[in-house]
Amino acid sequence: MNTLLRSTAVALAITAALAACKPQATSPAAGTAGAPTATAGDKVAAQVTGAGSSFIYPLVSKWSADYAAKTGAKINYQSIGSGGGIAQVKAGTVVFGATDKPLASDELAANDLGQFPAAIGGVVPVVNLPGIEGGKLRLTGPVLADIYLGKITAWNDPAIAALNPGVALPADKISSVHRSDGSGTTFNFTNYLSKVSPEWKAKGGEGTTVNWTGGLGGKGNEGVAAYVKQIKGSIGYVELAYAMQNNMTYASMQNAAGAWVQPTLDSFAAAAASADWKNAKDFNLVITNAPGQDAWPITASTFILLHRSAKDAAQRQAALDYFKWALENGQAQAKALDYVALPPELVQQIEAYWGTTFK
Amino acid sequence: MSATILTPALPASRDVRDARNDRIFRWLLAATAMFVLFALAGAALSMLWGGRSVLQQEGLHFFTSTAWDPVQDKYGALVPIYGTLVTAIIAMVIAIPVSFGIAFFLTEVAPRQLRTPIGVAIELLAGIPSIIYGMWGFFVLMPVMANHVIPWLGDHLGTWPVIGALFQGPPIGAGMLTAGFVLSIMVVPFISSVMRDVFLTVPTRLKESAYALGATRWEVNWNIVLPYTRSAVIGGIFLGLGRALGETMAVAFVIGNSVVFTKSLLEPSTTIAALIANDFGEATEQYRSALLLLGFVLFIVTFVVLAIARLMLARLDRREGR
Repeated sequence: MNTLLRSTAVALAITAALAACKPQATSPAAGTAGAPTATAGDKVAAQVTGAGSSFIYPLVSKWSADYAAKTGAKINYQSIGSGGGIAQVKAGTVVFGATDKPLASDELAANDLGQFPAAIGGVVPVVNLPGIEGGKLRLTGPVLADIYLGKITAWNDPAIAALNPGVALPADKISSVHRSDGSGTTFNFTNYLSKVSPEWKAKGGEGTTVNWTGGLGGKGNEGVAAYVKQIKGSIGYVELAYAMQNNMTYASMQNAAGAWVQPTLDSFAAAAASADWKNAKDFNLVITNAPGQDAWPITASTFILLHRSAKDAAQRQAALDYFKWALENGQAQAKALDYVALPPELVQQIEAYWGTTFK
Repeated sequence: MSATILTPALPASRDVRDARNDRIFRWLLAATAMFVLFALAGAALSMLWGGRSVLQQEGLHFFTSTAWDPVQDKYGALVPIYGTLVTAIIAMVIAIPVSFGIAFFLTEVAPRQLRTPIGVAIELLAGIPSIIYGMWGFFVLMPVMANHVIPWLGDHLGTWPVIGALFQGPPIGAGMLTAGFVLSIMVVPFISSVMRDVFLTVPTRLKESAYALGATRWEVNWNIVLPYTRSAVIGGIFLGLGRALGETMAVAFVIGNSVVFTKSLLEPSTTIAALIANDFGEATEQYRSALLLLGFVLFIVTFVVLAIARLMLARLDRREGR
């Protein structure tokens, strides 16, 4: 009996240790994900390391594969999230970082970093309303904010009905679905809601994770898409590619110019083109609620961070060469993956910025 | 003749060598045990260290507040702590009777040729990765919960006084009840295999004496086998509870991941482990500190639960006069 008791106690102690170690195990993994690759990069001069945004990951890996096939130079990008990307590039464990939320000029200067956008995508509200076709449901920014605030609770609410004459809206309760993990998609979505709804700005705010007042959270775009597909009467927000691949019912939105627009690569491009890049110092601009007539209101861009005075100039030059190639020649890959390539004037502006910033 | 002179010398040199080896072996064993302590203390302290800035900012308020607002940098851990405890309790409420039934069946009722296959099946269940349970819960269990179980619960239990509040809410399918149910399936293999193993250690003469007195199988198991193995059974239960408290992926799939306090078991909530897994990637500075502190809280919760287990075992031993 005594040995039995003792072995049970040992087993219990082991569980305690395992349970205690679990969250801990995540931290060094996240913290050092780029470190081994960075040291590998020192040995092989042609390998450039980057880390950050998962939003841009599919595009960067496609670009990298094509770039490697063309030039032999290897780009190793770790999709660890924007927060991790910023931390790693600040710490100098990777050559470039990628973030969905641009950094302010003073933060860039304090950390000796330069910043430029690399790709444009868009966030699309998706709903599960049987009988309503994709793009037929119309929503405005304030209504979307009220839904996520829990002020509009049913689909036949007068505020929604007024926007959708002739659409048979059910009396179903609205279940709002958001991203449970911190993400750039959430940042751009909540940034837009904050711009159009003062109440959202006060209660929810903007960020990669915010103070959701209700609803349920799905992990990743695929988690949100799966919840919305399963729960009748639900609404969520995903990147365009997920809405298209999963055949989801997306909503059309009213933009800042008052026009109704559908989420397409063209309306994303219109938003990118109409945004005021010229006056944005260090490209510190979130292009949601862009002013253009055809602009999709929840358009997002991902930014690349590089050190201004690089410890290893050759590595940074390799990274710049890669992005030069990608911005000038990578439009087809972007389109295939439902991203929008940057407009040519913006690419020119970025290349001029490189000349003055990265010396 | 020379052999008789030499023999006393041989054991002496052996003794010296054995004593030295014994010493080395003892140090080696002590080192392995110390390794556990160091790893444990290191993990706990580094989480506390990582979480110190939020602990300074929020103080004890961190444990009692339900506000979880990364935008304003306000953190309160009550919702994930509550979610962790409630899902684990639901899991144990379901898993303990089921595990007892399985162990009872395998040791007393099942025909001999059935015992091995069922025993192996249970152990295989323990080897399934938790993400598979999560996906099963998400794609299979959640629609069943949303379409059948939750409406039924809302209609029947939801109208009762006091506990009715636990069973009200929209039929989303993701929530603490679903998470607790998935967890119960995950811990059954742990509890039932411990129970089965200890039930087999009960001396046959005890059981046969009871049978000879006319006791039924239930009476033998409830009055003889269970009291005899009580402390080991409790140990097995707490082993399962430890797993239920720390489970991450399966829970993150089915709990709905909402850091909003709700009384209802049917509404989305979150647990400590699920919240950390979800938010760690994008967390910066203060938010990361809050998540590390949350990890430390989970450590404390688990430690308290284990301490209670040891206390219960000690009290049982005293009552039995050991």
